Amino acid sequence: MKPKISLNSRNLPTLVTLGLFVLMFGVGSISFSGFLAPQNFLNLFIDNSYLLILGVGMTFVIISGGIDLSVGSMLAFSTMLSSSLLEKSHWNPMLVIPVVLLSGVALGLLMGYIIQIFELPPFIITLAGLYLARGLCYVISIDTIGITNQFWQDAAHAQVVLIGGAFISPSVVIALVVVMAGMFVSRSTKFGRTVYAIGGNEQSAILMGLPVARTKILIYVFSGFCSALAGIVFTFYTLSGYALNGANMEMDAIATVVIGGTLLTGGVGSVLGTVFGVMVYGTIQVLIVFQGTLNSWWTRIAIGFLVFLFCLMQRLFESRKGARGRKRVPPASAAAAS
Amino acid sequence: MSGMTPIVEMKKINKFFPGVKALSGVDFRLFEGEVHALMGQNGAGKSTLVKVMTGVYKQDAGEMLLEGRPMRPDTPLAAQKLGINTVYQEVNLCLNLSVAENIFIGKEPKKLGRIDWKLMNQRAAEVLKRLNISVDVTRILSSYSVAVQQMVAIARVLDTSAKVLILDEPTSSLDETEVAQLFKVIRKLRDEGMAILFITHFLDQTYQISDRITILKNGEFIGEYETGKLPKLELIAKMLGKELSEFAYTTNPDERKKAAAEAASDSGTVLSAKALGLQGSIAPFDLSLMEGDVLGLAGLLGSGRTEMARLLFGIDYADQGEIFVKGKRVAISSPKSAMMAGLGFCSEDRKNEGIFAELSIRENIILALQAKKGVFRYLAAKKQLEIADEMIRALGIKTPNSRNEARQLSGGNQQKVLLARWLTTEPIILILDEPTRGIDVGAKLEIMELILNLSRKGLGVIFISSEFEEVLRCSTRIAVLRDKVKIAELAGENMTESGIMRTIAGGK
Repeated sequence: MKPKISLNSRNLPTLVTLGLFVLMFGVGSISFSGFLAPQNFLNLFIDNSYLLILGVGMTFVIISGGIDLSVGSMLAFSTMLSSSLLEKSHWNPMLVIPVVLLSGVALGLLMGYIIQIFELPPFIITLAGLYLARGLCYVISIDTIGITNQFWQDAAHAQVVLIGGAFISPSVVIALVVVMAGMFVSRSTKFGRTVYAIGGNEQSAILMGLPVARTKILIYVFSGFCSALAGIVFTFYTLSGYALNGANMEMDAIATVVIGGTLLTGGVGSVLGTVFGVMVYGTIQVLIVFQGTLNSWWTRIAIGFLVFLFCLMQRLFESRKGARGRKRVPPASAAAAS
Repeated sequence: MSGMTPIVEMKKINKFFPGVKALSGVDFRLFEGEVHALMGQNGAGKSTLVKVMTGVYKQDAGEMLLEGRPMRPDTPLAAQKLGINTVYQEVNLCLNLSVAENIFIGKEPKKLGRIDWKLMNQRAAEVLKRLNISVDVTRILSSYSVAVQQMVAIARVLDTSAKVLILDEPTSSLDETEVAQLFKVIRKLRDEGMAILFITHFLDQTYQISDRITILKNGEFIGEYETGKLPKLELIAKMLGKELSEFAYTTNPDERKKAAAEAASDSGTVLSAKALGLQGSIAPFDLSLMEGDVLGLAGLLGSGRTEMARLLFGIDYADQGEIFVKGKRVAISSPKSAMMAGLGFCSEDRKNEGIFAELSIRENIILALQAKKGVFRYLAAKKQLEIADEMIRALGIKTPNSRNEARQLSGGNQQKVLLARWLTTEPIILILDEPTRGIDVGAKLEIMELILNLSRKGLGVIFISSEFEEVLRCSTRIAVLRDKVKIAELAGENMTESGIMRTIAGGK
C-alpha cells in the first residue's frame, strides 16, 4: 500500500535525488559508450551493497535527530572478527555470522544506552565507539587476515543471474532485504513512526506518551546491527579482514543519507531516499572511472559539493515553510546556541 | 449547580516548594458541561493547581475527588487515563508528522501488524469533523496555522475517553478569527458535556467564554463566582487582592510628580515610537518619552508590557512602525543597535536574561560597556575596577569586594548590578522590566529611589511593574495596556490606582 506520489515537501527531496541520479546516469550514457548497460547499473548495487546497509541504519539514526560516527570502525571490527574466527579459530560460518551480528548489536546497545540514560550527545558517544571499535580491530590483528573459508568464497563468487544475462551478487540480495525491511519499519510500524516523532520534537514525543527511551536505544542497536552486517558483506567483497577497512566510511554513510534528502536536524527523511543517495554516490565513482583521466579522489570533491548543495536546498525548503513553525525553538538547540 | 456532583473536586489543597507556599487551602470545583476560568496574577498558583490536578505534582495536603471518588494521579499519563487531559500553550505535537499521525501516534489502528494508514486518515478526518474542522489530514502539521495545531492537540485528547479538558493559555498566539474558531469548538464540547478548565490572561475572553470563574491570589483561594454576576472591575480588584472601596483613597497627588511633569514638558523628547507593532505580539502603539520622564507601563500579566519593551530594545523585530531617538529615526534591529542608539534594558527575568551568576560583580557591571565598545577595544583591568567600584558606591551595592561572584548577592543587589551595567554605557533611555520583582520591600524602595534620582539627572526611564502602587510612585505618566493593546495614557490627576483599574476594566 504505497502512498500516493504527490509533489509535497515530504517527498520532494527524494524525487530531487532520483532526478539527479537519472540525470547523471543519462549524461554518462550519452558521453561514454557502454555506460548504459544493465550490468553497469547493477554494478552500482554490487559495489555499494555494504554502503547501502550502513545507510539504512544511519537513516534511522539521523531521522531521530542523532548521529552515529562509529559505523565505519564497526564495519572494520566486523571484518576482523569474522576473518579471525573463520581463519584462526576455524569456527563454522553458520556460527560466525550470528556471533558477529551480535557483537554489532552489543556495541550499538552500549552506545544507545549511554546516550539515553546519561543524556549524552550521540556525537561524542559514537565518536568514542569509533575509537573503541577501531582499537579492538588492532587487538585482533595488525595484519590483513585473508579468508579462504569455502562458504565465504562461494558467497563472494556466486552470481544471481537475472533475465538478459545480467547478474547481482548475494550481497545485493542481503542489502535489498535490509532496504525493504527498513522501508517497512519506517513507514508501517510503531517503532518507525516513533523515530520520526523523536526527530520532530523529542519533548512532545515524551508528552504524547511514546516509548522514547526504548526507541532511542533501539535505533543505535539497529545501526550497530547494520554495521556488523555491512562488515560481513564487505568481507564477501574483499575476502579479507583488515583493521584499516572502512576508514571514513561513516562519513560516506552520512553523506549518502543527506543526499537522499534526510534532514540532519531530524524528523524528515526516508530509506528510499538513502537508496537513491547511494546510487548517486556510486554513479559519481563510475563516471570518474569512465572518464579515465581524473583521479578517484575527485569522487570526494563531487560528494562534498553535493552534500553542500543538498543542505542548502533543505534550508531553502525550511525557510519557505514560513516563520510560524520556527517561533518555537526546540530546547536542545536553544541550549546549544547559548 | 450545587446539587450536582462535580467531575473534579479539590479540597483544601496545600502545596509547598522549598521556601514557598505555592498553594494553601485551595478549593476548586469543576462541573460537567461548563467552561471554568481560572484567574490570578503571576505567582497566584494557577499552574501549580493544574499540575496537582494532572499528576505532575503531588499535593502536600488536601484531597481530590473525581466524580465523588478519591483520585490520586501520580503521573500525567495516569491523569490522562482518568480522563483528565491538558492542552498546553505551546502545542506539544510533532510538526514534522501528518495531522492524522499527530492525532493517532502511539495508538495507531493496525491491520496485519502494520499501521493501517487509510483507516487512520479516515478516523482522523472524522474526529476533526466533530470539531467542525476540515483539513487535509495527510499533510504535515507545520503546514497549518497554530490555531489548527491547537485543534489537532484537542482532537488527540478527544479520541481517548476525555471527561475534563484543561486549556492552558490556548489563545496566547492566536489572532481574533482563530480565537473565535477555537471558542466555537470549546462551546461545542461544553454542550456535549465536557468539563473545560480555561486558563487565560485575556479578560475579554474570560467573559466571552466562561460560565464560572475561580480566582486565586498568592496561592490562596479568593472565591468562586458566576461570570455573569462578577463585574470586570471587581474581578480585577480580587485578582490584585484589593477591596473596591480602597481605590478611592489611593489617589496620591505627589508634588514632585507634578513638577517633573512640568519639567518634562519643556525638555526634549528622547524617545518616540510611531505605530510600532508586531503581529501576534503587540498591536501598533505610539509612545513618547521626554528627558527626565518616567513612563510607567501598567497592565495585568500578559497585557503586552514586556512585549512593548522587547520591541523598543530590538529583541523582537517590529514589523511595522518607526522609532525615533532624540528626533532622529533609528533602525533598531537588534539589542546591539538599540544600545548604540542610547537605550538600555533590564529584563524581567533577572536570573536567566540578566545576571551571570558565575561571573564576578565587576565582570557583570562591565559587560554592556565592553559590548558597546567592541571586543577589540579592551578595557584595562584597572579601569574596569575603577568603574565597578564607583558604581558599587553610587548605587549602594552591598558587597565586600567587586571580585565576588554575582550569585552571592541578594536579589535587590543583583538588580542594582544590572542597573549599574546599563548606567556604565551612559544611556539616554533606560527600560526596566519588573526591576522590583522578587526582592524585599526595603530593596524595592531603594531601587525606586534610584530610578527617581536617575530621572532627575535627565535619564528617560520606562518602568514596568505588576504592582500598580510602584508604577504610580515612580511614574510621571502611565501607559495602560490590556490584551496586547495600548489603550490609554494617564497623566496628572487621573494617575490613581482606581484610574488604572477602571481603564483596564473599561472594555472597548
